[in-house]
Amino acid sequence: MAQQQIGGLAAIFLDEHLTVTAATRCREAGLKKFDAITPYPVHGMEEAVGIRRSILPYFTFGGGVVGLVVGLWFTIWTSAYSWPINVGGKPFNSLPAFIPVCFELTILFAALTSLAAFGYMCSLPKIDPPMIDPDLSSHKFAIFVPSDDHGYDAGKLEQMFKDLGAAEVKKVAVF
Amino acid sequence: MILQRNKLILGEKNLKDITDDICEPVETLPGKGWVLMFIGALSLLLFYLVILGTVIAKGMGLLGVNHPNAWGTMIITFVFWIGIGHAGTLISAVLFLFRQKWRTSVARTAEAMTVFAVMTAGLFPLLHTGRPWLDLWLFPYPNQRGPLWVNFRSPLLWDVFAVSTYATVSISFWYIGMVPDFATIKDRAKNKVRRMIYGALSLGWRGTGRNWAHYEMLYLILAGLSTPLVLSVHTIVSFDFAVATLPGWHTTIFPPYFVAGAIFSGFAMVVTLMTLVRIGFPAFKDYITIDHMEVMNKIIMTTGMLVGYAYASEFFIAGYSGNIYERFVFINRAFGPYGWSYWIMVSCNTIFPQIFWFRRFRRSIPVMFVVSIFVNIGMWFERYVITITSLHRDFIPASWGNYAWSFFDAAVLFGSFGMFLTLFLLYLRAFPAISIAEVKPVLPVGREKGQGGHH
Repeated sequence: MAQQQIGGLAAIFLDEHLTVTAATRCREAGLKKFDAITPYPVHGMEEAVGIRRSILPYFTFGGGVVGLVVGLWFTIWTSAYSWPINVGGKPFNSLPAFIPVCFELTILFAALTSLAAFGYMCSLPKIDPPMIDPDLSSHKFAIFVPSDDHGYDAGKLEQMFKDLGAAEVKKVAVF
Repeated sequence: MILQRNKLILGEKNLKDITDDICEPVETLPGKGWVLMFIGALSLLLFYLVILGTVIAKGMGLLGVNHPNAWGTMIITFVFWIGIGHAGTLISAVLFLFRQKWRTSVARTAEAMTVFAVMTAGLFPLLHTGRPWLDLWLFPYPNQRGPLWVNFRSPLLWDVFAVSTYATVSISFWYIGMVPDFATIKDRAKNKVRRMIYGALSLGWRGTGRNWAHYEMLYLILAGLSTPLVLSVHTIVSFDFAVATLPGWHTTIFPPYFVAGAIFSGFAMVVTLMTLVRIGFPAFKDYITIDHMEVMNKIIMTTGMLVGYAYASEFFIAGYSGNIYERFVFINRAFGPYGWSYWIMVSCNTIFPQIFWFRRFRRSIPVMFVVSIFVNIGMWFERYVITITSLHRDFIPASWGNYAWSFFDAAVLFGSFGMFLTLFLLYLRAFPAISIAEVKPVLPVGREKGQGGHH
């Protein structure tokens, strides 16, 4: 969901396993709003940070159902009600012949709804968002703890990250 | 552990090396080879534009279409390019659902191939209408003619929906896959313009855990949607033929036969392009390894045999059906005036790929390059055979006639390669041609001792 921009503490790691461990420790310490920043989806990170399964599929399903209904309604309405034309003596409502169009519209609506829902949930697109370290999209990993998180204590956290083997721990003004 | 997997990525690379290797073509000026190829492709594209302009201005009569061959090069080449596009979706979506990790290195470029092939293909039916300025009539929009709607019972209209949906979903899937990589390029950018362009393309992606969770779900869903979509698109393309009552077209085998052929030709095109990419960007040889090429060659051989089975089955059913028209079409197809095209098709598609039974040839870049070109030729001829040999002699001998192949037929066919190659060459320089974020997680494959790489 939309994250407002707020400062906090960032620990940068050079190893994905350390980052997962650090995330687990943060969660065990009672932190809730912290997040990991990684160059690629790291296996086990969702469990470590405590991220619930994405609700995206519900939007996909909803979009698909709407697409199917729109497809059925539109093909039947145009062919049988709005301007019925006798094509080779076929019934005005030729349902089997409408299946391909309905199918394609189902897929199209489902895909576009998923995209829109993804953009909304990740609050994308975002213009020039603040960045902790440019290497976080290449070969470094980070745990970011916002300063308004439950039980945020910069000193204690810094010590914990250092003990875990963080390459760098720094205060971030805004993220 | 008895079976140790081969490494998916060669060389002793770390994460930064992967980023550097893949971003290099985007961040450096192109070399001589690329420039020469680009000039060639661009010239062909300009030639193509002139030809298309002439066809639009003068009319479809410039091509060989006539009575009874109302469909010709444009439709044949449309099916050819659409089919090529399908392998890209197969690699990026179907193999993703099957958890085939080797796909990561080739998926991006295969998907790019899909997008460009669909763009190239999409022009043909639009131009084949003869009055492309009225192509908006293909879409059902409220109008002052009734409103008069499109005929939803027509396979040609199904095609409008199938191809436009396919193009939209493929482009979305391709683009979403590139978003994290755009962010990588933006973060590395040393100059302001590049930073701005790739920053905009990356949509402000930052790679937080919560965003990755949604991202992975979206990727899975788009893969899941693309899979039935790709099967439906070529099924519907085959309906363009199969729903007609023409002997040689009116068969139930067409949907699976077309889909197998599409995968077959598409993989051949992937192999053609990948051999060229490996030559052009030697650093990519560590990512697109001989193992990758070998797997694709196996798929080419398998689908080639599926297609061969379809050829045989069509013949058998034509004889077994007892329908004299059906039987005549197939005898005419193999031994009539267009018999040469039939035998080109059979030899290119079913005989030449058999060389891949031998491991040595399966792993030889020159051999696979040549075979993939033959397969592309063979698959173009397959559509030629289906379209022309069925049309040119149907029920009544009085309405028989040959296709009047003209200069413009050849020009349209070859020119379309100019469009495709220009787009593809630009893509190789402007976009990360291998998925950076997808390749990194498969780096440990084949490197973990005794674990067999289960993550």
